[in-house]
This record gives sequence, structure tokens and C-alpha cells, in this order.
Amino acid sequence: MNLLTLFLSALLINNIILAKFLGMCPFMGVSSKVEPAIGMGAAVIFVVTGASILSWLLFYLVLKPLGLEYMELICFILLIAAFVQFVEMFVKKMSPSLYKQLGIYLPLITTNCAVLYAAQENISQGYNFIEMIINSVGIAAGFMLMLVIFATIRERLQGNDIPKAFRGNPIAFIIAAIMAIAFSALAGLV
Amino acid sequence: MSENTEKKQGFFSKLIVENPVFGLYLGICSALAITTSLNNAIGMGVAVIFVLVLSNIFVSLVRNITPNDIHIPVYIVIIATLVTIVKMLIQAYTPSLYTALGAFIDLIVVNCIILGRAEAFASCNSVGASAKDGLMMGISYTLSILAMSFIRQLLGTGSLSLSNPFNNVTLFDVRLIPQGFEIPFFTTQTGAFLTFAILAAAVTAYKNHLDEVAKKGEEK
Repeated sequence: MNLLTLFLSALLINNIILAKFLGMCPFMGVSSKVEPAIGMGAAVIFVVTGASILSWLLFYLVLKPLGLEYMELICFILLIAAFVQFVEMFVKKMSPSLYKQLGIYLPLITTNCAVLYAAQENISQGYNFIEMIINSVGIAAGFMLMLVIFATIRERLQGNDIPKAFRGNPIAFIIAAIMAIAFSALAGLV
Repeated sequence: MSENTEKKQGFFSKLIVENPVFGLYLGICSALAITTSLNNAIGMGVAVIFVLVLSNIFVSLVRNITPNDIHIPVYIVIIATLVTIVKMLIQAYTPSLYTALGAFIDLIVVNCIILGRAEAFASCNSVGASAKDGLMMGISYTLSILAMSFIRQLLGTGSLSLSNPFNNVTLFDVRLIPQGFEIPFFTTQTGAFLTFAILAAAVTAYKNHLDEVAKKGEEK
């Protein structure tokens, strides 16, 4: 499969947020300002790629030879939780300034369904090592792209005269709906 | 007002105001993705109730022997085990539901409602109370996704249908909007976001209304 096609489809066409509805909880939580959105996006790219590589190796080197494919879910989620914890400790020790910027978002990522979805998608689609990395980066970059676009729009919304009941999250979903229309037009790209 | 009706109203407003999906914005991923038909919503709801009640019970049972530092991994393993069981049961007995829900069965693990209730309620309450809390939360989650899928299926396909997932026999299939007048847009992603936004706004409006009533009561 063409690697560029794979990347573009993970990034835009099968966008994790608009097309797959994954990672909505952290998405709604941190998309109200641009700066934290960039921090969260960077953290997600790192964690998704790292966790995907580890879970891919775990599946093909340990679970499959032992015939334990049904343990996939339990192993992956533990691996992700442990990986996030480890990254948090590592960043805290090595670069306190980076930790200050990313630190608060790292624990949130454990419950980001995008991480688990990326890990499982790589296995169920039978990607090889390179395809797996491209796909994971594409998924995570799609998350970051949406997060930043969204945060920019939501910053502009502040101070606008929005009906009382729609203030906060409901209006964000209306924006998501309109953006989903725009992104559905990209479906013919690949 | 008699005590009974007061209690009933309390339950009703609690269902709306403390609704995990539209009130607290938990578990929205699955609420948006699988609510294209009533069948999916019921299947997902039952699976979530099962996992939520049992995970609350088990978390509550181990709450005193779990070291505080590793409580999250312990809870996650409990939840992941239960989800694996549910996944295998669904795959074995209701294959049509298994294809329809797809990856979202696995993703029950990271449904924030379940870990959230384990952390906020079951880790500091008795087994009985935790089971009851899990059941309540599960039911209000199910009602929320049922409301979503009711609107989306009705407007998107023009008819409401329900079939028995065990043998795929259609239980009922009523066409309420004539052919050619349905709005397929509601079964797409855009429709999901729009339906969600409007329901969430309705819940917020109800909350605002309750706050105003409370304020007026204080002023008097």
C-alpha cells in the first residue's frame, strides 16, 4: 500500500475525531485555548506512536507465538497505562520545563480512546512495522490538527452572543458538525 | 405535593441533570458513534450496564486491599477482563451485533463513565451501594444513547425498527416518515454531532431553568 495514501487517509479521511468519534473526552476538555491544545496534541502524537510500537511488538513477539490473541485487550490497556506512567516519570526527571507544559495532559491520555484504537487498528489491519508507524503518526497528527483548528475557532467564539443553553460544550458540537461536513468532502481524495 | 411524587420528580431531574452523557460529557465517543439504530444502542447499553455493575462490585470488594499507588492499573485490569468477557459473549451469541458495534466493544474499557464511577464511587463505598450506583449510571447512559438513536434512526431512515439480536428476527419495523422524505444526513457523522449538540443544549436549558427556580425560591 502506498504509504502517503495511508498517512493521508489516517490524517484526514478517517480522521480520528470527525470520522471515528474517538478521543472526544480530552478533545472537549482542552480545546478551548490554542496553547494547551498544541501541548496536548504533541503529547498525544508521542504517546500514540510509542504505545503503538510497543503493542505491535508485544502482539507479534509474545502474544501470537503463545496463542494468546484473546488477551490482546487486557495486555494493551495495561501496556498503555504503564507506558504513560513511565513517560510521565521520565519527562519529569529529564526535562522539568517540558513536564510543566505537558505534565497535566499525560495522565489524561491513558483514558484517551485514540491510543487504544490506534494500537488495535494496527493489529486488525495486519500492517507491517513501517505501515504501523505511518498509520499511528497519521492518527495522532489528525487528532492534533483537529484540536488546534477547534481551539482557534473556540477562542473566537468567546464573547459572542450565543444562546444561553448552547454556551460551552453544545456550541462546540455544532462546530464539530459543520467541520464534519467540510471534512466529508475530502473523502474522494484518496 | 405528596412525598411519593416528590421522590419521583427527584429521580427524573437527577436522570437529566446528572446524566453522564449530556450532563457530565462522559462516554461521548460511543454515544456518537454507535447510535445509528435502536438495536445498536440497546446492545451497547446492555454491555455497558453489565460491565459497569460488575466493575463497581469488584472494585468495591478490593478497595481495602488495593495499594493506593497502583489503584488505577488494578481497576483497569478488572474492567478490561470484564470487557473481554462481554466481547466474547457478544461474538458467540449475537454475531450481527458484534459486526455492528465493531471496535466500540473493546473501547468500553476506556469509556470514562466506567473508570470514573470506579474511582469516584466504588473505591469508597460498600458493595451494595456501588452495585446500585453502577446500575443507575448504566441505565441513564442507556437512556441517553437510546434518545440519540431514536432521533437519528427516525429522521435518517424514516422508520423505527428493532430486531432480536439472537436470531435476527424483526420484532417491529414501523415507517413513520414516507419514503423519499427521510433525511439520510442524520445517519452520518454530521448528524451525530448535531443531534448531540441539540440534546446537550436541551439538558443545559433544563439545568438553567432549575437554577432559576431555586434562585426565585431563595428570594421569596
